[in-house]
Amino acid sequence: MFKKIINMRIRKNIATSDEGFLFNPTTGDSFSTNAIGSEIINLLKLDKSPVEITEDICDRYDVDKILFERDLEDFTSLLKEYSILE
Amino acid sequence: MKKQLVIAVTALNAIDSPGPGVAVIRAIRECADFSVRIIGLSYEALEPGLYMHDLVDKTYQIPYPSGGTDSLMNRLEYIHEEEKLDLIIPNFDAELFSFIKLRDKLKGMGISTFLPDLNQFEARDKIKLYDFGQKNGFLVPKDRVIYELRELKNMEEDLEYPIVVKGKFYDAVIARNFDQVEKAYYKIMSKWGLPIIIQDFIKGTEINIAALGDGEGNTISVIPMRKLYITDKGKAWAGITLDDEKMIALARKFVEKTKWRGGCELEVMLTDDGKPYIMEVNPRFPAWIYLTAAAGQNQPASLVKMAMGEKVAPFASYEIGKIFIRYAWDLITDIKEFQTISGNGEL
Repeated sequence: MFKKIINMRIRKNIATSDEGFLFNPTTGDSFSTNAIGSEIINLLKLDKSPVEITEDICDRYDVDKILFERDLEDFTSLLKEYSILE
Repeated sequence: MKKQLVIAVTALNAIDSPGPGVAVIRAIRECADFSVRIIGLSYEALEPGLYMHDLVDKTYQIPYPSGGTDSLMNRLEYIHEEEKLDLIIPNFDAELFSFIKLRDKLKGMGISTFLPDLNQFEARDKIKLYDFGQKNGFLVPKDRVIYELRELKNMEEDLEYPIVVKGKFYDAVIARNFDQVEKAYYKIMSKWGLPIIIQDFIKGTEINIAALGDGEGNTISVIPMRKLYITDKGKAWAGITLDDEKMIALARKFVEKTKWRGGCELEVMLTDDGKPYIMEVNPRFPAWIYLTAAAGQNQPASLVKMAMGEKVAPFASYEIGKIFIRYAWDLITDIKEFQTISGNGEL
């Protein structure tokens, strides 16, 4: 898993809030995520790897690991597409 | 005690396709470094700014640019006698030529301006912008300038759609076939006259940049903004300040190459592969100029200072993510006010 997304770092200038609001000051785009999306963003900001994020979320929530890995890959692909990830 | 400056400002038409005058006045009034008496210069009796008495102290009607510089000068002489103007800030594209021509005469009367000279003004003209870009290393969409319908017919086979049909001063229509091109040609010609500009369509994200140059090649302020909400006339109804070094560098390069004096707005189309095409350069402040003051770089107030001979240091930072949202407000006035401006040309 996670072969496609090599770099998982959030761009330095992206503003994030605890409520899951993202603002890209270069493009002016803003996005809202749900609570889990917000948690993933916060983990990404701590430079956690996909494996670490999966472990963290799966430890705290009742979620199938394979399913979460797939969802995480979809989510990070989207973040990449919107220039949130480097 | 602060010196009081008497400043005349045009473009008080704060309507759905607004002139910048009211925003310029609002920004100037917010500057604590001087106090001002604002004289509005209007063309129409129903320009909303005329009736905003907390912003505009007195308004005089002035003749349309088509009336020539002599009639404008006569009117300005009268207004100057009454008001002792220190500075005029014109904000309409169509009137700038006249004010630039009158600059020295006005200076002789003790009235300052802070405008580009004619060469600077004409270099960025829509009909010369492509050549300007080629000469100075800016990306500008290719265009063809049309002076009569026959020329348009002759190029029918060569046009690739969509294509943009633009007026000399205002208006732009995206045409997807030759019928639409013809329709846009007549519509724009009847409103703004000839020539008409046929410009390649560039797909991307539109970014607008408000810049202020000191006339010596230095950029005093640059604020890039992306429209968040656009009206059917393509005007920004909401916008947000951006943190984009590339756009700032582009505006600085423009000011440096032209030695631009005064405010200007660069309309840029940023393609998906990151190429910034300059679509237009407006030779005056944009209608959203108050956002520059709100973000920490008060461009109109800085222009006033430079026009009055003060040296202004370039701004170093501004607030990113500052948003403006325009709104409509029904201003109530009395028939007497309308009658006064209509009958006497003053309010």
